[in-house]
Amino acid sequence: MTADEIRREVSAWLDANWRVDRPLIEWREILLEGGWAAPHWPEEWYGRGFTLDQTMVVAEVFREKDVVPAAQVGPRGLASETILACGSDDQKRRFLRPILTGEHTWCQLFSEPGSGSDLAGLSTRAELKDGNWIVNGQKVWNTSAHHADFGLLVARTDWDVPKHQGISYFLLDMRQPGVEARPLRQMNGHQSFNEVFMTNAVVAPEDLIGGEGNGWHVAKTTLSFERRGFSRRVRGSSLDGPKQGPIYAEYEEELRIATEPYTWYPQREGRVDLVLPRARETGAINDPATRQEIAKLICLYTGARLASDSAEARRKAGTTEIIPAGSIGKLAASVIARQASHVHTMISGADAMLSGPDSAADGIIAEVLVSVPAISIAGGTDEIQRNIISERVLGMPKGFRADQGPFRDIKRNA
Amino acid sequence: MRTEFSKEQQLLRDIVSRALREKSPATAVRELMASDRGYDLAVWQELCGDVGLTGVHVPEAHGGAGGGAVELGIVAEEMGRTLFCGPWFASAVMAGTALLEATSDEVRGELLPRIADGSTIGTLVLDDLNGPGGVGGSIRAAGDGKLSGTAAMAVDAHVADLLLVAARDDAGLGLHAVEGGAPGLVVEPLQVVDPTRKLSRVVFADVPARRVGDVTAGALDRIWDRICSAFAHEMIGGAQHLFETTVNYTKERFQFGRPIGSFQALKHRCADLLLELEIARALTHHSARCLDAGEGEPYVASMAKAAAADAYMSAARAGIQLRGGIGFTWENDTHLWFKRAKGSEVLFGTPAIHRERMMTMLEGAA
Repeated sequence: MTADEIRREVSAWLDANWRVDRPLIEWREILLEGGWAAPHWPEEWYGRGFTLDQTMVVAEVFREKDVVPAAQVGPRGLASETILACGSDDQKRRFLRPILTGEHTWCQLFSEPGSGSDLAGLSTRAELKDGNWIVNGQKVWNTSAHHADFGLLVARTDWDVPKHQGISYFLLDMRQPGVEARPLRQMNGHQSFNEVFMTNAVVAPEDLIGGEGNGWHVAKTTLSFERRGFSRRVRGSSLDGPKQGPIYAEYEEELRIATEPYTWYPQREGRVDLVLPRARETGAINDPATRQEIAKLICLYTGARLASDSAEARRKAGTTEIIPAGSIGKLAASVIARQASHVHTMISGADAMLSGPDSAADGIIAEVLVSVPAISIAGGTDEIQRNIISERVLGMPKGFRADQGPFRDIKRNA
Repeated sequence: MRTEFSKEQQLLRDIVSRALREKSPATAVRELMASDRGYDLAVWQELCGDVGLTGVHVPEAHGGAGGGAVELGIVAEEMGRTLFCGPWFASAVMAGTALLEATSDEVRGELLPRIADGSTIGTLVLDDLNGPGGVGGSIRAAGDGKLSGTAAMAVDAHVADLLLVAARDDAGLGLHAVEGGAPGLVVEPLQVVDPTRKLSRVVFADVPARRVGDVTAGALDRIWDRICSAFAHEMIGGAQHLFETTVNYTKERFQFGRPIGSFQALKHRCADLLLELEIARALTHHSARCLDAGEGEPYVASMAKAAAADAYMSAARAGIQLRGGIGFTWENDTHLWFKRAKGSEVLFGTPAIHRERMMTMLEGAA
């Protein structure tokens, strides 16, 4: 279908079905039946097999008409894409619909206190007892876990094989006595994540996804979706301005809860947009040393954007070269954020001691200064990105590894 | 504005790259850098005549190929990669750009074809090589047109047939054409850090000259920008060569029973270097496209020059350091590129000068 045909069809359907006085979930049931909830999904699962470009056309029409879309914000998107890619038909039947309607929220249960960069070194234990999987262990950095209905859980089911082979992937019911989520406070004062403790938590056998011992493969699927613009979706979903009608109130509340953990994310990227206004406002724009650092930031920021555009153009043209766009982009974001934080410090001077309403830009600058350390850690540390770039792009040899052989024998954190 | 090279531009790069790899191996660089003249006449004639490298940016009407800053940049990048020794930059980039930006069509019609086919070696003589603001303080044109004064350093003036000199007279800053060997002209070769780029002091004592154009502040900025953009390309080519050879070296050199490229300290340095190089390359290619399209940030050339110079020096430092002791020997070729990187860092403005120039264009003077 051409863009115009899609545009016509979705417009006609919305004109017949969209009403602002329906309850949110009822509207999304209609959306699902109509096949417009997830157009890029296959036809047998609520979709139309559209390409991403075609899906963008649908989203555009939704935005123009101020139509509330299917639930997609937050970790639930990772859940639906993972289940669609790796789940059984039974799992797709049970889980996809309530994700799209927004009835179920999800969280990701991957990192552990003992395994951060080395995710495959995880030691949460799942054992088959009397037909059910019994889970014991602790997870950390779990966004939205405190209100999630289900969790994407990776746990170790075999300790006698090499580490990647002994992992299984489960769809965990969070609403059970053996699961406790506790908020985790970060150095910038926000509580965007949780720790999740599992004590004899139960998973039914039909909620193992991708097969026993195949969890690492499924986890890599989830991680690839996470890298592919999970954060972009978080930012892109809000409708412009306040809208009148009962459904909008419900939708805004859903968005508020889902995006609350991310309110400081722009600050961890350094708020490059505030550098020149702040430099003008304070007069620091006339300081030669500060001017040098601002110019360096502009070069980094402009160059990284151009490099990413060029990589994208080459990828679209079907190049065979290895394009390190993801890792390079992530590393560039860290460098840019650190330089921006450095420049904000120079601009503010002693005022950088203050935070809150009395401080620069209503506390935003203070939040930049204590949030930027997160960008070089979250989603794979700078050091891991450098390993990826040097090994996969530059072809440099892998280093010595001390984690071969049965997992049971590998040294790990107590 | 397109963001990728066209098929024709890619073809140009392949042709230049092949020619230079053949004509400018490191052995030739070493031979020429030790010579007074500094270039090989036969190679020069072949590259200018057959391959047409001095005319890529010259309009077809004046005997060139009709390209722009992008084509000039492609040639400069490949020249920098192989450390080509010869007056191409002085003649095609510096003199060619001055003629294109500051002279009438009549003058261009007379002088550009000789630059484009390489039969005349030109250079641009500026009495300040740090920034356009300082040009014109040390050389004066008298009422009879004769030039007096000194340019402390000029690129390839020792072999130039045509010196285009920025000198001040009562009408302001002008471009003055001086024939090589003119009476009163003294060209004194200087001892240099980077022997692959020859510099001379040029002393004018009542030297007969012809005023061929006005160098307004705007024209001087345009000349400076185009030279800096091409120069950034040259640096990117050199940095890329250093980067590739250094990464390869870490895969082949064994210590402690393993290739040194398996140590994270080296891997991380190489990854950081790749990032710095990718950013500098993107800014550099962007600068040429903007100059050709007449759009983009007004300070694109300064961004490119600053970023390319820093990236080149980073690659040069790593090139020596990651090779260890052997990288510090005369016999190893790395120092040839290190010295070119150092010379390029400061010619036409240090990175700090270009960053200040950016800020002045963006926000006004401090």
